[in-house]
Amino acid sequence: MSEATLFGLCGAALVGLGLYGLICHPGALRKILAFNLVGSGVFLLFGVIARRGAASGFGGDPVPQALVITGLVVAFAATALAVALVLRLAQTAGRTGLDPEPPTRPDATPERPS
Amino acid sequence: MSLTVPVDLGLALLLLGLAVWVIATSATYRAAEGFIAYGLVLALVWVRLGSVDVALTEAALGSGLTGLLLLRAAARLPPDDPAEAARPGRGIRVLAALLCAVVTAGLATVVLLLPEPAPTLAPAAAANLPATGVGNPVTGVLLAYRAIDTLGESIVLVLALVGLWALAPDAAWGGRPGALRTPPAGSALRFLAQVLPPFGILVGIHLLWIGADHPGGKFQGATVLAAMWVLVIVAGLRQPPAVTSRSMRWLVVAGSLLFVAIGIAGIWLAEAFLAYPDGLAKPFILAIEAALTLSVAVILGLLLAGPPEAEPPSTGARS
Repeated sequence: MSEATLFGLCGAALVGLGLYGLICHPGALRKILAFNLVGSGVFLLFGVIARRGAASGFGGDPVPQALVITGLVVAFAATALAVALVLRLAQTAGRTGLDPEPPTRPDATPERPS
Repeated sequence: MSLTVPVDLGLALLLLGLAVWVIATSATYRAAEGFIAYGLVLALVWVRLGSVDVALTEAALGSGLTGLLLLRAAARLPPDDPAEAARPGRGIRVLAALLCAVVTAGLATVVLLLPEPAPTLAPAAAANLPATGVGNPVTGVLLAYRAIDTLGESIVLVLALVGLWALAPDAAWGGRPGALRTPPAGSALRFLAQVLPPFGILVGIHLLWIGADHPGGKFQGATVLAAMWVLVIVAGLRQPPAVTSRSMRWLVVAGSLLFVAIGIAGIWLAEAFLAYPDGLAKPFILAIEAALTLSVAVILGLLLAGPPEAEPPSTGARS
């Protein structure tokens, strides 16, 4: 088995693991972590495609590699935004899960006094 | 050849083990720590796959900066989270595990049935690389063949920052970003934040410069620069600028603006949007890379610094 196939199977397993965490973890920050695992699994599959396309003296096909670099930067930006949303949720609603709960905070005071 | 198989197997097992840890551990903080280690192992896997450019990005951005972001968030969230107790029931978990197993099996089948010989754009990338003047094919793809993707990405970063700032409470608007505020740092951290940045800045610029011909480039360089800035902020030596600072906002958009300007100039100079005139591709690419490095470094730092928050009591005397 070549290293491309091995890490390709690894990427497939990572997508499944991350998806499980995304579904089963109640905490929003854990869902973000799990989603990042899914993302890295998908990137790894891209890496396998790139490795298999090695030609012309390059170690891999540069096009998927460049797409992964773009994807990593965008994934970081999305993660930063998602984390800020979770922190704001904790600040205003006092909870970090996404399950529909009976609203506990009084609507009259949306801001926690600082 | 005999040594690479055990190394690859070990890396794969370590990667999967850390991923299981990230999902299975009960404490969020420990999961975030596991994610950092996971990112570093993943960077080694990228080296094994021959993608050193991606490995550098993964280690710096996917592991380092994302890890810092998650650790800070885990530390700021309330520790005893009642939502954590409400895990879904056994039935749902089994169903989810089945669904995920099916997805994994499907992807694994695709991996095993990939076409042979593999389709590749490497020869096309190699054939046109001399015209761009750069030697690193990944940089060539990022800034010449698929420059439109990179332009879109630089704008996505600006939009993410706008979205982040939009989360600020009205009362805090105009203040300084507050997510990296820490209690007064120990002398070891302050010393590190004074000694490391000059070297870090050199490494960042070096990564940017050699990215034209060797693994490296603007995103890797910008990430190192952002890390140095964040280190100085965390150590309490400097504060991030207020979000209303006009000069900082110009820095945030400078890279995208120059990219768009050169792209539009290409319509007259080279008859297509984002095309470079003959013989001038390399200087144009370097100019865009330099401007983007600065802008991306500032944006990454600001994304880590979070939305503006009300200033804490200045001396800490209020109790």
